[in-house]
Amino acid sequence: MAYQANGKTVETDEEGYLVNINEWSEEVAGEIAKAEQIAMSPEHWEVVNFLREYYSEYQIAPAIRVLTKAISKKLGAEKGSNKYLYELFPYGPAKQACKIAGLPKPTGCV
Amino acid sequence: MAAGPKIEAPTLDALPTVPAIDPGAMAASKPYVAAKAHQEPLGFPGELLPDWEARAIAKLGELLGKYRSLRVYLDICVKCGACADKCHFFLGTGDPRNMPVARQDLLRDVYRRHFTLAGKVFGGLVGAAPLTRERLDQWYSYFHQCSQCRRCAVFCPYGIDTAEISMAAREIMDSIGIGQKYSNEIIAKVHKIGNNLGLPQPALEDTLLGLEEDVKEASGQDVKFPLDVEGAEVLLVTPSADFFAEPHVDGLIGYAKVFHQAGLSWTLSSYASEAGNFGMFIGSYEQMRKIALRIRKAALDLKVKRIVFGECGHAWRVAYAFLNTLAGPFDFLDPRYPVPQHIMELTRGFIRSGAIRLDRDANADKVVTVHDSCNIARATRMGPEPGSQFVYPRDILKAACPKFVDMHPDTTHERTFCCGGGGGLLTDELLDLRVKGAKPRVEALKQVVESHGVTHLAAMCAICKSQFTKVLPYYGYDMGMVVSVHQLVGNAIRMGEHS
Repeated sequence: MAYQANGKTVETDEEGYLVNINEWSEEVAGEIAKAEQIAMSPEHWEVVNFLREYYSEYQIAPAIRVLTKAISKKLGAEKGSNKYLYELFPYGPAKQACKIAGLPKPTGCV
Repeated sequence: MAAGPKIEAPTLDALPTVPAIDPGAMAASKPYVAAKAHQEPLGFPGELLPDWEARAIAKLGELLGKYRSLRVYLDICVKCGACADKCHFFLGTGDPRNMPVARQDLLRDVYRRHFTLAGKVFGGLVGAAPLTRERLDQWYSYFHQCSQCRRCAVFCPYGIDTAEISMAAREIMDSIGIGQKYSNEIIAKVHKIGNNLGLPQPALEDTLLGLEEDVKEASGQDVKFPLDVEGAEVLLVTPSADFFAEPHVDGLIGYAKVFHQAGLSWTLSSYASEAGNFGMFIGSYEQMRKIALRIRKAALDLKVKRIVFGECGHAWRVAYAFLNTLAGPFDFLDPRYPVPQHIMELTRGFIRSGAIRLDRDANADKVVTVHDSCNIARATRMGPEPGSQFVYPRDILKAACPKFVDMHPDTTHERTFCCGGGGGLLTDELLDLRVKGAKPRVEALKQVVESHGVTHLAAMCAICKSQFTKVLPYYGYDMGMVVSVHQLVGNAIRMGEHS
């Protein structure tokens, strides 16, 4: 699998996660989102940007609670819930939002 | 996920049901094959070896010499059919290859061809078959449609354990270079980082500090989530999903509140930050041992006196049944306590002694049922008494919730159905299989939802929690129905009044 963005081919694994996270750009994110049938809103970007910030510090995606807390601070308490994140990313915030953010898939019993 | 065909849940039936046979229905279902990068850190060949057939037969011979049980299981089946309608994957898919006996035969036929006189002489006349590429592909597909739950073994008059056959087949496949990506990638992460998620120490520390803040905000109490504290009484080993996912984390909060209220000092370890042991799923004793030894090292380094396991099904099987032989002796721990001990035994003991008090009203809005996890139900106990693995969770749930209802007896206790995601199958590319495999469990759930107004399904295993959260919506149920047993304890526990 691969995405096309800015005239460049960006390689992914079987599931559409980037092979090289350094190849991520907002355009690439847009392409992944399109393939995931997600129309990116400012709220989607808040989540994606937070995931990337957290990843650059900790080399892992944040736990769902860490994410909901951060989103509630940024977008208001009523949006700081797992349920809201699932509305944004129906396949699950951990996996689908990570994919769009160019991060590796969270593995394990999740 | 956008890619791939739309996954639809089968229509639920009334229990019990046996589907019409649909040959080949799941022939195309298979998990991603492990790449070189996932194979080599475990010492497995990076790709299918040129002489794979000879090597596979040699490996089978090695396993037959090592595991007497495997030879017995392959020899002893009389094709009575008792297992045929007991597997959730057969019940959910109708594919006759998912009848346990047919799954076993994929390996048994090859065993006959190479390891029995009749098979060597008469070949196909006695059901013997060579290991062709086509057969190997069938192995890969159908030995990854077994969640190693061992329900079939409960009904087999000879006690043939399909899980063990499945593990052997996976071990052979790993040895010839055709491993499963999901399990092998995860095992490599445990060796490198300490847990299935790949959660490094700083991220774990940050996550735990966040939980301390949350609990403080919600309850006003300074409940600690200690990490790498030397000299703590208890080392808690729990699945890393407890740090990461919902509703798992609510269970972790429950454990922390129990330790806090009981005044028992405890710690997590960043080195052994995983209870799960995927070495079992791939049938590898060496991998299982290597993972288990991390727990020993953490216990020694942190100078704890006890080891307690959190809510995790197969982890508890490995811990209860194998930890002492894999990583023992644990003679440096306090001999007055079981090694290891299940968190449920601890919590139930505290409830009974009055060390913690639960207020059922906190869960008055719920009607709760419980899912017995297969590995806990069929391979372990939670205390000294037979059946304690069923009694303890129910005692706790009844102490924490005013309304508790059990599901149909053909689907609970040792007859429990797998959630559909165990045994290394909890991966996205197998979602269709997972949805279908959950069918018998969801049928039993539907029954108590309709007859008793059940609102919540309590689970005691990280895989079960993730699997139900994912698949229940396909059947029209809300993912919020799924709760951790210790989440309900955490809701109900009276904080602050030390007794």
